[in-house]
Amino acid sequence: MNPLLQARGLMRRFGGVVALDGLDLDVAANEILGLIGPNGSGKTTFFNVVTGIYGADAGTVTFGGADITRAPSRAVYKAGIARTFQRSRLSLPLSIFDNIMIGNHQHLNQGLWFNLMRRKAFKREFEENYAAARALVEVFEPAMADRLFEPVAGLPMIDRRRIEICRALISAPKLLLLDEPSAGMTHEETAELMDDILLVRERNKNLTIIIVEHEMGVIERITDRCVVLNFGRKIADGPYREVAADPQVQEAYLGVA
Amino acid sequence: MTDSNSKMPAGMAPGLIALGLATAYLVALLGAEKQAVIISLLVLGIGAVVGAAWLGLFDRVSRSFADHEDALGGSAIVAALALAAYFHEDHFVLLLVVTVLLTSVATLGLNVQFGYAGVLNFAGASFFGVGAYTSAVLNAYTSVPHLIVLPIGGVIAALIGSMLLLPVLRTRGHYAAVVTIAFALLFKTFLEVNDVLGGPQGMQVKGMNILGWSFNDNIEAGGITISFYMGYFLLSLALLIAAFVLVRRLERSWIGLNLDALRLDETAASCFGLDITRWKITAFLIGNFLIGIAGALFGMVGGFVGPNNYTFADSLILVSILLLGGIGNPWGLVVATFIVVVVPEKLQTIQEYRFLLYALMVIGVLLFRPEGLLPRPVRRYFPRWRP
Repeated sequence: MNPLLQARGLMRRFGGVVALDGLDLDVAANEILGLIGPNGSGKTTFFNVVTGIYGADAGTVTFGGADITRAPSRAVYKAGIARTFQRSRLSLPLSIFDNIMIGNHQHLNQGLWFNLMRRKAFKREFEENYAAARALVEVFEPAMADRLFEPVAGLPMIDRRRIEICRALISAPKLLLLDEPSAGMTHEETAELMDDILLVRERNKNLTIIIVEHEMGVIERITDRCVVLNFGRKIADGPYREVAADPQVQEAYLGVA
Repeated sequence: MTDSNSKMPAGMAPGLIALGLATAYLVALLGAEKQAVIISLLVLGIGAVVGAAWLGLFDRVSRSFADHEDALGGSAIVAALALAAYFHEDHFVLLLVVTVLLTSVATLGLNVQFGYAGVLNFAGASFFGVGAYTSAVLNAYTSVPHLIVLPIGGVIAALIGSMLLLPVLRTRGHYAAVVTIAFALLFKTFLEVNDVLGGPQGMQVKGMNILGWSFNDNIEAGGITISFYMGYFLLSLALLIAAFVLVRRLERSWIGLNLDALRLDETAASCFGLDITRWKITAFLIGNFLIGIAGALFGMVGGFVGPNNYTFADSLILVSILLLGGIGNPWGLVVATFIVVVVPEKLQTIQEYRFLLYALMVIGVLLFRPEGLLPRPVRRYFPRWRP
């Protein structure tokens, strides 16, 4: 079977630093892939290159058979890839609902005439989207579902993470990129969040996930397969137990002399 | 943005009371002649506002306005009409009110650009001038109906503004602002050396004339004389209402959401499919269109346009209105426009220190109320809608 996402010989340099060094990576449809490696090994750079925030210096990325290497961010999103960010990037003054709707851009009617003049039709679309957003938020935190019109600014980190994940999920993407969802949260909160993500995936079997994470408990529990990066290259690939036992991986993490 | 999202709709009374008090105060202030009276009224006004803010009355008023916008908006229109009826003979007061109304339209346009899309425009007055020059030229050389001249003024302002789009889109933040400042300075120089447009002397603008009804004649009706500014007042009020409704609907739509999203985080917005360029252009053109229409009508009101009417300093005043009123809140902008336009006109003693006053007001607001007099509330797509 063809992989859903395929990277071949992906290169990205920042001045003299080689962030991605000829990376080859395959992601099968419906799998949960853990992307791990020490700080600076190129995990987030990989996400940024895939989503078009950085261009690739060489190599290709294909998604569902189509080349997306040079595609701008918005085309990558339209193709069905949604992401979260390592440092939460919500629009703090906006409401929870607004933030989630930013993620549903491609399903909202963006016509000027529709938005300004056809207010009845707009209201129907608004109500449908409110129901969808509410149903999604209820999976993560039922208490938050009644407060969708409150600003995000006052919320604790775990709620912000939940909203970010809802924003990425609302458009029903094929591939979800999670960049360190546990950052800034306790073990218990992270576990809870992961359960919720798995619950959403139960309902939507077609969702493929790549997760970057330092919390190895999370990786062990939810991933089908792990890819370990070091200095922008793949150094191991396999189920968590196998890669964790790999001497090369241990050396990369512990810096054995 | 503050949270005005309580489960229970607020009552209409606080809004109505505030509106009534504001109207009465305005009538007193506009009608006052003696400087001593005006100064005491201003001191009283500032005291009342500070006191009300301290007692938390402002929040109740703004919640009331948020939940009963249509009814209170209608009342505001009635109040404006009553004010105009009271001053029906007074050219000076009506001209002042017309200036406020049209400046409000222009700041609403600026609000779409800066308040929503985050595109700074320090050439607001220049585009206002483009509208005014459009009506000067069209009324002098063509027989285009004057009501049609107004939207043409808006379109021309948008077209000339689109010359700025390329440099503005290629730069960010402060750099884009510098581009617009350069435009404001170039625009004035261009007018001064352009003989077709009257050079430094400027041009006369023929007054509004709709189907033979000349706006520049006083109206005699049953023994009472009504100032010729009344026609302009009604037209300006209609324009402000239309602009207000347009900007409100824009904010309460997916487009308003797009503009907020790209202002707050361009990278995240483009990761969710937003075409940053498209929406920045949309906001800039809509804003300039509003500014241009207001300018076109204001040209006819004043009867004259010149390069010195629409300078960089005037653009700064428009931006300071935005900061003062509360970026993104149309109600705040109208209130702030009243303050910025009326106070120096009435307070003749400080005319020369006008800019000092503006500077102090802006600094004061930024220090003590950084979100403006009336901060923008969280977006409610349909204020009366409850899940």
